[in-house]
Amino acid sequence: MEAEHIEVLEFIRQYSPFTELPEEELAVAAQSIEVGYFKAGSQILEHNQQVADLHIIRSGAVEVFHRTGELYNRLSDGGFFAEAGLLRNGRVRYPAHAIEDTLIYFLPGELFNRFYDEYEEFADAVETEDRQRLKRAMRRNQNANDLMSVTIEHLISREPVSISADASIREAAEKMTNEEVSSLLIFDELVSTDEDALPSGVITDKDLRKRVLAVGLADSTPVREVMSTGLVFVEHNQRVFEAMLIMLRRNLHHLPVLKKNRTIGVLSLSDVVRHESKNSLFVVSSIFRQNSIEELATLVPDVQASFVRMVNEDANSRMIGSSMAVIGRSFKQRLLELGEEKFGPPPVPYCFLALGSMARDEQSVVTDQDNAMVLHDSFDPEQHDEYFRQLAQFVSDGLDACGYTYCTGYIMATNPEWRQPLKVWQEYFTRWVDDPTPEALLHASIFFDLEGVWGEIDYAKLLNELVQRKAKRSNRFLAFMARNALNRTPPLGFFKDFVMEKDGKHNNSINIKRRGTAPLADLIRVHSLAIGSRARNSFARLEDVMDANILPPGRGPDLRDALELISMVRIRHQALAIEQGEKPDNNVAPENLSDFERKNLKDAFQILSSAQRYMRFRYPPGAT
Amino acid sequence: MFRRNNSEGSDSEREKSLHKVPEHDVPTPSIPSQRYSPPTTDWQRVNWQERFQHLAENAHDPRLKKFYQAGLDAGITDANMPISEVPMMVLDFETTGLNAAEHGILSIGAIPMNLHRISQQQARMWLAKPRRNLPAESIVIHGITHSQIQQAPDFIDILEEVLEFLAGRLLIVHYQGIERPFLAAAIEERIGERIEFPVIDTMHLEARLHRQKQLTLWQRFRGAKPVSIRLADSRTRYGLPWYHPHDAITDALATGELLQAQIAHHYSPNTTIGELWS
Repeated sequence: MEAEHIEVLEFIRQYSPFTELPEEELAVAAQSIEVGYFKAGSQILEHNQQVADLHIIRSGAVEVFHRTGELYNRLSDGGFFAEAGLLRNGRVRYPAHAIEDTLIYFLPGELFNRFYDEYEEFADAVETEDRQRLKRAMRRNQNANDLMSVTIEHLISREPVSISADASIREAAEKMTNEEVSSLLIFDELVSTDEDALPSGVITDKDLRKRVLAVGLADSTPVREVMSTGLVFVEHNQRVFEAMLIMLRRNLHHLPVLKKNRTIGVLSLSDVVRHESKNSLFVVSSIFRQNSIEELATLVPDVQASFVRMVNEDANSRMIGSSMAVIGRSFKQRLLELGEEKFGPPPVPYCFLALGSMARDEQSVVTDQDNAMVLHDSFDPEQHDEYFRQLAQFVSDGLDACGYTYCTGYIMATNPEWRQPLKVWQEYFTRWVDDPTPEALLHASIFFDLEGVWGEIDYAKLLNELVQRKAKRSNRFLAFMARNALNRTPPLGFFKDFVMEKDGKHNNSINIKRRGTAPLADLIRVHSLAIGSRARNSFARLEDVMDANILPPGRGPDLRDALELISMVRIRHQALAIEQGEKPDNNVAPENLSDFERKNLKDAFQILSSAQRYMRFRYPPGAT
Repeated sequence: MFRRNNSEGSDSEREKSLHKVPEHDVPTPSIPSQRYSPPTTDWQRVNWQERFQHLAENAHDPRLKKFYQAGLDAGITDANMPISEVPMMVLDFETTGLNAAEHGILSIGAIPMNLHRISQQQARMWLAKPRRNLPAESIVIHGITHSQIQQAPDFIDILEEVLEFLAGRLLIVHYQGIERPFLAAAIEERIGERIEFPVIDTMHLEARLHRQKQLTLWQRFRGAKPVSIRLADSRTRYGLPWYHPHDAITDALATGELLQAQIAHHYSPNTTIGELWS
């Protein structure tokens, strides 16, 4: 009698990549497995030894290393290793050792290779080329990106309310009041069983006002006589913007919505307006209508709502980042407008600068304010500085009230050092680039993402051109910038519900900005300065860097995918916090990440890590 | 249905639910209920090399002769053989009760192994229809249906196959008070001759670690209990996962893993089988 290996079967079927196998293959796998025990501290695989089986961890914990001895991964129950060796030459690529007492299920390599060849999903789940996996994941994500994709059905929140055509106007008015609707669908005969019947008309608030009250009709008049006929229907899966166009073109405020020839609701103009009010452009236009800091501060929920909406509509990080930057910029502009009304026109021309993520069009909903002022060279501190000090303070306080907290590094126009005439700024940048010291540059990198948002924005342009001209010729400067770009490193990955660091330590959460998006932006900035790119957005910079061919083949697209993935994890994390009524932040706990996110984040971290290694190689520490 | 995982006597709820045997069917347990006691026959003193040589020549049944000769050929009777070199077979029986004289074998699970690998691929399982004390119809034995048992062959019909499969491998069990006497009794009843063999008993290995010293009066006064050497509890001490009990193959696998863990923690690959068997 054939032995059934229930325990083994029930175990492997829970874990990827085995989840991708059909039932009969699972049984084959369970039947073929061998079992072995490793005491904590013992070596399971040595580098380059022959390996004939996929190693699956039944219980315990295992560390996998690079050949250099650097930790590569840490795995627990359900984790697998030795796949790289099996798919290549049958020799161990990454040595492994047990850090807890560990029971291993060995799946014969021949069987593993057959599954890998025959089942694409199995191969995808195994995929050792981390970059391939991330690339595919990002491609899948992009297919879903379409900000214009919201369908009408999405806005329908209730079943339609209807009444018979023979009912009186009074009954109709009562029903509208009780049901709290602004329109009623009218059916010739109200037969509830015939679901396919289409309404013959509609009656709205406006109809009651214009066709009944204004002309003095008796309230016993049947609705048939005042209803609007010639209804225009829309399908549930049409886009909201199409419905908007129909309403505009035909001057209609209510459109019955069909699904499989049944009316499932009524789309009203107010539904569309409410939906669009969460649109970032709508937020921007309302910023310019507010007349005080207090009024501006009331828009914070709208800003957050538009952020959440973009996330839910699968916008990509670049769209979201630039929308949030536009909103942030608008706050600054409106505050400066209000400030100039309050303190009078500026005594000398000036330019207000946005720095960092806002200048890069990569703003998130959690951000502090980084800004500065460039004043005309005729600026006389004795005469003029009080004006600019007050204006800077007003803007800074206003931004803080609107959710852009004060910069802890004091990089704000309220700091006299960063409120200087153009010639001083030119000296600053000349010194940073021509005569760099690591300390001076440590806090200055933010000035290399700079944008004029108000006033004489040509000043900003002059400064950017100066940097662009000088930076690419100064290897010393680039080397210091590169060194600073390596200060913040990504974690290794995840282990159980912890973030795993390269030294094997565990943390409960990860600051996804400090360990992910920021070091990526730093790294991309250095490459972009080196080629004299004018772009400020990291994605745009990366495109220039790729065109300049200064990265090893394939690395540019990898970095782009990694940046997108890490940015989106951060953005989704913040959107979720807002939806749950919590304060959004940058601290992501592994337990809140999906399997998909964990796997891909780990891949993205590795891409960042190897890009940092390349940067260290490109700008060796000794060269400075 | 009776299983001996419970030699500690402290039934868990889960295991109670399996004991659906009417009271009068329950034999007087031959297993001490409170404390583990070493096997009654002093198997440890047997010189297995000589014993197998003697039996290979003098056994009447040719199947038994072959069994002993294969053991000699494989070297599993050589007390100086390091554990890392010996071919082994982890064995588990499901029986109708605890007393080999009264109860019979229902199923046999056997998995070949060595110190490093337990091979599922080569695992075998047999069902047998016991001659006495058949469980009542209403009892569904864990994983085995009543009709499967009714249709199962008598042990005599699988004897040759089983012996051939076990031959040449050192047998591993958890609590030798079942497999050893039940196999001997089943064979003796059918061919009038007993079978003898060395075993490594993982429960006995645990007992050596935890039962050498009696608890002091003070410890007992403080409520200390002897360490449990049941299969599941023993496995937990080595970080081995919990498996569903009462399936011959799963219990055999569980026992094989326990042996690997015991050797890894308390012995070495060079430990001789003479130091381990009993």
